Amino acid sequence: MSDSEMPHRTWWQRYHVAAIGWTGLLFVLLIVSANMTNVDPGMFLSNFDQFLSLLLQMSHPNWGYLHLILQPLYETIQMAILGTTIGTLLAVPFSLLAASNLVTNALLHNLIRFFLDLVRTLPDLLLAAMLVAIFGIGSTAGVITLSIFSFGVVSKLFYEVIETIDMGPLEAMKSVGASKITIIWYAVLPQILNQFVSYFLYTLEINVRASTVLGYLGAGGIGVFLQRSLGELNYDNTAIIVLAMLVVVLLIDGISNHLRRVLL
Amino acid sequence: MQTTLSKQLVPHPFWRRWQWLVWLILVAGVYSWAVGGLQFAGIKDSAADVSRSIINGLLHPDWAYVYNGSGEDLSSLILQTLAIAFLGTFVSAFISVPFAFWAARTTQEHYHLRSGSGKVVLTLIRTFPEIVLAIMFIKAVGPGSYAGVLAVSIHSVGMLGKLFSESLENMDRGAEEAILSVGGTRPEIFMLATIPTIMPEFISYTLYCFEITVRSASILGMVGAGGIGAPMIFAIQTRNWPRVGIILLGIVLMVLLIDSLSEQLRKKLV
Repeated sequence: MSDSEMPHRTWWQRYHVAAIGWTGLLFVLLIVSANMTNVDPGMFLSNFDQFLSLLLQMSHPNWGYLHLILQPLYETIQMAILGTTIGTLLAVPFSLLAASNLVTNALLHNLIRFFLDLVRTLPDLLLAAMLVAIFGIGSTAGVITLSIFSFGVVSKLFYEVIETIDMGPLEAMKSVGASKITIIWYAVLPQILNQFVSYFLYTLEINVRASTVLGYLGAGGIGVFLQRSLGELNYDNTAIIVLAMLVVVLLIDGISNHLRRVLL
Repeated sequence: MQTTLSKQLVPHPFWRRWQWLVWLILVAGVYSWAVGGLQFAGIKDSAADVSRSIINGLLHPDWAYVYNGSGEDLSSLILQTLAIAFLGTFVSAFISVPFAFWAARTTQEHYHLRSGSGKVVLTLIRTFPEIVLAIMFIKAVGPGSYAGVLAVSIHSVGMLGKLFSESLENMDRGAEEAILSVGGTRPEIFMLATIPTIMPEFISYTLYCFEITVRSASILGMVGAGGIGAPMIFAIQTRNWPRVGIILLGIVLMVLLIDSLSEQLRKKLV
């Protein structure tokens, strides 16, 4: 075998130029970030007693406060359920239009997708802050925030599901002259209904988490009480609120996980 | 045999016939509870005016705020937000690795005590509200982006640890077995087989986590943990809609840019 047929590594492969370059870039970015954010590990240690006293206070939850926060906890779940439902209902037509196998017009489905991408870039708390300014303090702003937020999440999940369906039944119906709506109703929906419900439940989980903090900016639910207790420095109340949030989120997660397992 | 099997598999005919009704009643009950429980205070009279001025403000963003050299302008605060997210994700990726090994279910384990407890801990971290974490760290290090970095790096462990442990559970064990078969020790197996096999997936998940962290870093400022969130909430409270418009534009552009960049990198990796 001649020397030229032997596999050989170029010099940048031999000296790992790419790997070293990436590592160097990573370190430069880390140092720049650390400078920009004034990270100082010593400060954390020197103020550790303050942090510890906070933790100590939080480790004695004020159980007497529990009956006061039950109602806002229910409100949190109700907001999540309504917001997810409205968002999902809005998402269905958009996800049908964004699926490349149903809408052959590339301009249309790319336009819709770009719109959905834009909606998804907005953080939920930011939306809540703006909607509170419009609709006033209360759960209305929360429900609308969650509707917009879940609209963004669900529509992407939905159109990705729609793109994986079996096109056979669609073509069969088209060949006998069915209308677009009939095709969607009888050939598309039955194939994706289970996954739709599963994703709806998944989004509900995300929304319950989100809706616990939305109230921090005045959008209803338990977050209002969270903000109040933190503002009044009543960390024993904060602790019980956080505990209640954990229980509710775990409960909803458990129910939704179980239902999804049954469905799929 | 055939009949007993079919009895086990097929639900009771009564249940099968009336299943839909039970579900319908359940769903209707949940929705009537949800709708009935909420008090809709109605829309404020000023809502139309406010929305009009918001739309007007969003259409005429305050371009002067983009850069004014004070260090408190949009571009420097956006960079600060990215720095918080970057540093937080990096630290969190390191913390997540031991958690991932703790929570990953392996075949040697009998009762899943170790992995089960790890999964519970990760769920608890994931569920703990990030805002409360940020406020706790503000107590420790004072308001500013350092508190944001700490909050992000702890909170992201919940998600990254879960993703990492799942990729450990599903990883290809071929390379590990090959080294074991020629007499490699455990540290050797770990360094030469486990790490190289799992690394691309870990990096890919870290990038994905960075995308999400950028979003949360941009709102942490609302409680005083640095980044673009603080001027945002201030502008909303003072009804300075042109300012809100430009900040919103900045956040949207930043998120879109980071998402597409990270997607490109992840495509290369996997």
